[in-house]
Amino acid sequence: MGLESWIGQGFIATRLETIINWCRKNSLYPMPMGIACCALEMMHAVAPRFDMARFGSEVMRFTPRQCDLMIVAGTTTYKMAKVVRKIYDQMPDPKWVIAMGACTLSGGIFRTYSVVQGIDQFLPVDVYVAGCPPRPDNLLNALMHVQKKVQRGECKGTAPALVGDFRGQIKVKES
Amino acid sequence: MEELNEKVVRKLKNKFGDIFLNVQEFRGELTITLPKEYIIQVSKFLKEDEELSFNLLSDLCGIDMNTKENRFGVIYNLYSLKNKHRIRLKIFASEGDKVPSVTSVWKTANWHERETYDMFGIIFDGHPDLRRMYMPEEYEYHPLRKDFPLMGISGSLQLPE
Repeated sequence: MGLESWIGQGFIATRLETIINWCRKNSLYPMPMGIACCALEMMHAVAPRFDMARFGSEVMRFTPRQCDLMIVAGTTTYKMAKVVRKIYDQMPDPKWVIAMGACTLSGGIFRTYSVVQGIDQFLPVDVYVAGCPPRPDNLLNALMHVQKKVQRGECKGTAPALVGDFRGQIKVKES
Repeated sequence: MEELNEKVVRKLKNKFGDIFLNVQEFRGELTITLPKEYIIQVSKFLKEDEELSFNLLSDLCGIDMNTKENRFGVIYNLYSLKNKHRIRLKIFASEGDKVPSVTSVWKTANWHERETYDMFGIIFDGHPDLRRMYMPEEYEYHPLRKDFPLMGISGSLQLPE
């Protein structure tokens, strides 16, 4: 294994929770919810140049029932919001959500009647990725943030992973 | 006037007489405005005439002039594959008026008219399946109308939960 040569013979004392979370964070299965152009950057992040496999989450599953991380990449319209929510509900617990790109965070340039002004109005988002579209390394950074959350055992997705609460600024005043 | 445009106008005037409200050419683009009752006959003639053969409806769209009379317009962009030539037809209708559907002439008008109905609420008479195209089916408004606010009417579209 190689581990013995590093620690010598013996045993490690740890908590079961820690070791489960450690396993879990290194094998996240993303659900690619690619709705618009951000999806191309998401594909890029998985492709060899940026290679999400280095973080153990290269296996994109196209069924929500085998996934525990949803990457919402793209403009979410009201019509699509129902679909996104339905797919999210089908994912087994525990599950995490990455909101990728300006449109997903806040509606972005689409300040119109048909686009949801921020998907956190109907989904518990763990990590927000800024950019239009975000570069693949930015998405990898978000994945690392998710991994930290997984290690800490936060799985409800109610608290934002970035420092400071952005929600008040993202919410749009009802007109 | 360009040679082909002139031929189109001459042929139409020979066939239908003096029904056209406005014939105008701008930089080689011919635009013909006509009363909406004649749209099926005129488009059928333009399609089936062997010399003109405008066999492709490349687009059909609506406009909202926001006026009391003739509020809505429907614009037909025609293309002749044979002559590689484009012309444009225009009709106008007041609110509540029905516009004849050209699905019997060009099959592609089906979805174009559904889109125009969805966005402007223009009713196409004789359309085989006039349902909404983009907005949810239970939606009550028509978003591209001038009196529709940009951010929509709050509460009209539901988010899950």
